[in-house]
Amino acid sequence: MDNVRASGSTIWFRQNTGFAVIVVLFFVVYALYHLAHPKGFSSQVFIQNSNEVFGLAMVAMAQTVPVLMGGLDLSVGAVMTLVDCLASHLLEGSGWSLFWGIIVCLLAGTAAGLFNGIIVVYGRIQPIIATLATGAIYIGLALFLRPIPGGKINEDLNWSFTNSLGDAAETIGIFDDGKAAWFSPFAGLPTAFLLLVIVAIVVWVPFRRSVTGRTVYAIGSAEGAAYMSGLNINRAKLAAFTMAGLFSGIGGIFMAIQTSSGNADMPMAGSYTLSSIASVVIGGTSLLGGSGSAIGSIFGTLILRVISFNFRIFDIPPLLQPLFEGIVLLAAVSLGALSILRVKNQLELFR
Amino acid sequence: MSTSSSTKSRFELTRDDKPIAIAALFIVVILIAGTIYTLSRYGSMPLLTPTYLIQQLQIGSYLGIIAAGMMLVILISQIDLSVPWTLAAGAMMATAVGGPWALPMALAVGLIVGVVNGFGVAVLRIPSMIFTLGVNAVMRGLMVAQTGGFAPQTKATDLMRFLAAERSFGIPHAIFVWILISIAMVILLKKTAFGRSIYAIGNKEAAAYLSGVPTKRVLFIAFILCSTLSSFAGLLLAGYSTKAYQGMGDAYVLPAIAAVVIGGTNILGGRGRYLGTIVGVILIVLLNSVLSIMEMPEAGRQIIYGAVIIAMLLVYGRGEKATS
Repeated sequence: MDNVRASGSTIWFRQNTGFAVIVVLFFVVYALYHLAHPKGFSSQVFIQNSNEVFGLAMVAMAQTVPVLMGGLDLSVGAVMTLVDCLASHLLEGSGWSLFWGIIVCLLAGTAAGLFNGIIVVYGRIQPIIATLATGAIYIGLALFLRPIPGGKINEDLNWSFTNSLGDAAETIGIFDDGKAAWFSPFAGLPTAFLLLVIVAIVVWVPFRRSVTGRTVYAIGSAEGAAYMSGLNINRAKLAAFTMAGLFSGIGGIFMAIQTSSGNADMPMAGSYTLSSIASVVIGGTSLLGGSGSAIGSIFGTLILRVISFNFRIFDIPPLLQPLFEGIVLLAAVSLGALSILRVKNQLELFR
Repeated sequence: MSTSSSTKSRFELTRDDKPIAIAALFIVVILIAGTIYTLSRYGSMPLLTPTYLIQQLQIGSYLGIIAAGMMLVILISQIDLSVPWTLAAGAMMATAVGGPWALPMALAVGLIVGVVNGFGVAVLRIPSMIFTLGVNAVMRGLMVAQTGGFAPQTKATDLMRFLAAERSFGIPHAIFVWILISIAMVILLKKTAFGRSIYAIGNKEAAAYLSGVPTKRVLFIAFILCSTLSSFAGLLLAGYSTKAYQGMGDAYVLPAIAAVVIGGTNILGGRGRYLGTIVGVILIVLLNSVLSIMEMPEAGRQIIYGAVIIAMLLVYGRGEKATS
């Protein structure tokens, strides 16, 4: 029994070397950041970091699902922006109106994703170009909702989502205003961090283990074989884009809550989309599809972000930051490509 | 491909010609719709005057040159996302050195970026989508570091003004440049071994390799041509607007891809005619211009822009289902 388990973990490690490297690398760089930080590790810094990571982490998770299928979604940033603008209209009230506002925002993101899926599946248009076009449409809708940046978000909502769990509990008035004894170990954790963990466990893990989720991986490996095995290809494709819309929508809601406003910023949407692709690749997901995971993409995002955190600490001129980010991205993908040195048959290069 | 078209009747459109015909038809529709609008609103027909059409062709020539390079890369089933900052870098370096060295400088920038892209895609076999994205970020970083994040305080040279903005016989020189590049593209794609290799690689790279096509070299050249055309377009754009500035290329990459795809080139490579790319460029430029004449707000323009791309592709860009 022991023997079997050992070989199982060896296989896991062999299949996920890239992911393991990324996780280790992240913790090393993040530790370095805290060691060099003038105030050391504190709840405040952790909260600030989590807030800066959450939006991109969601968009990166969104991008992962179509990429696993061998596709690409160039509209994730646009969907996030659209939901951001929608949320800035709907999340101003309190109580149940807030609840329904969040539901409507989630549905809007999901619907945008489903629309992408319908065009890709039934229109049979290549995902990259279909989502390029729908992305323009979503940005247009966002501009209709918010021609100029503005809007307002319920202040309690803003406060509880962008601070620690203790602050959130105090604002909502649960767990003895966050002072319950059992709650104290968690009180310092950022709400955004908990949300990220919840989304990963509640949304991603069940999806990955479902037949539809497995089908997404199968399509990425070999679509023809997946079809011949009787898997429901259309449903999986629709689901992949719908999931992307849902994740982007969550990111958009958080963006609105964080900034307390809506902003149909086209360059920002574009840069989120591009960063999402970078996160996915750094997180060990193959752009050819079939291998990787959204958890890896979260760590890809963390790596991207923690590098810019370090810029602030080590007094590197901010002007050099874009250059460093580019070099890190190129270095990451080039390191991943070194395996081609082991390829003996030239034909294996053409996939 | 040529054998199958010769067996058909003369007036039947081939698979590659249909998108071009539909896109051309749509250009006419845009012009008619715009004219009806201006007639009912102002009682004039500015859209049908030679001045307006020539001006649109001039604006289209910059996009057209970028799209020509992008088409080469898309035909080998790759993509070049480093276009925006290659363009900006070409323009900035050209205006920075100035004088007679402006043009060689811009071309050199394109050449270097192209070699780097080619190395990543052809030798390291990294998906071009991500590698060129990284190169774009590096180019952006280099330019930001070089200029300190501000618009560079340099002006376009006389040659750049001559090529991009000045006119002979009432026709802007930029259009002549576009025509020359287009002729070269058609000859390259139709009449040279390199052109045929591009289509072969786009259809099945492994098969092309086994048939003796030097795939690495073709990939390198395609990426070099794409980057060089981008930086050259940057030089022209700097000449047109008399200066280079940060982010001047950001508005060109997606329209260039859209123009290529609307013109009937398969986004997965291996199929498409250069004429289609020209038609696609004109369509996009005219659509933008007519929408702004209609005083359509940015929101509506984006929605129509996206809807047009989807509609055109639904008519002729549909892929095949995986059934085996």
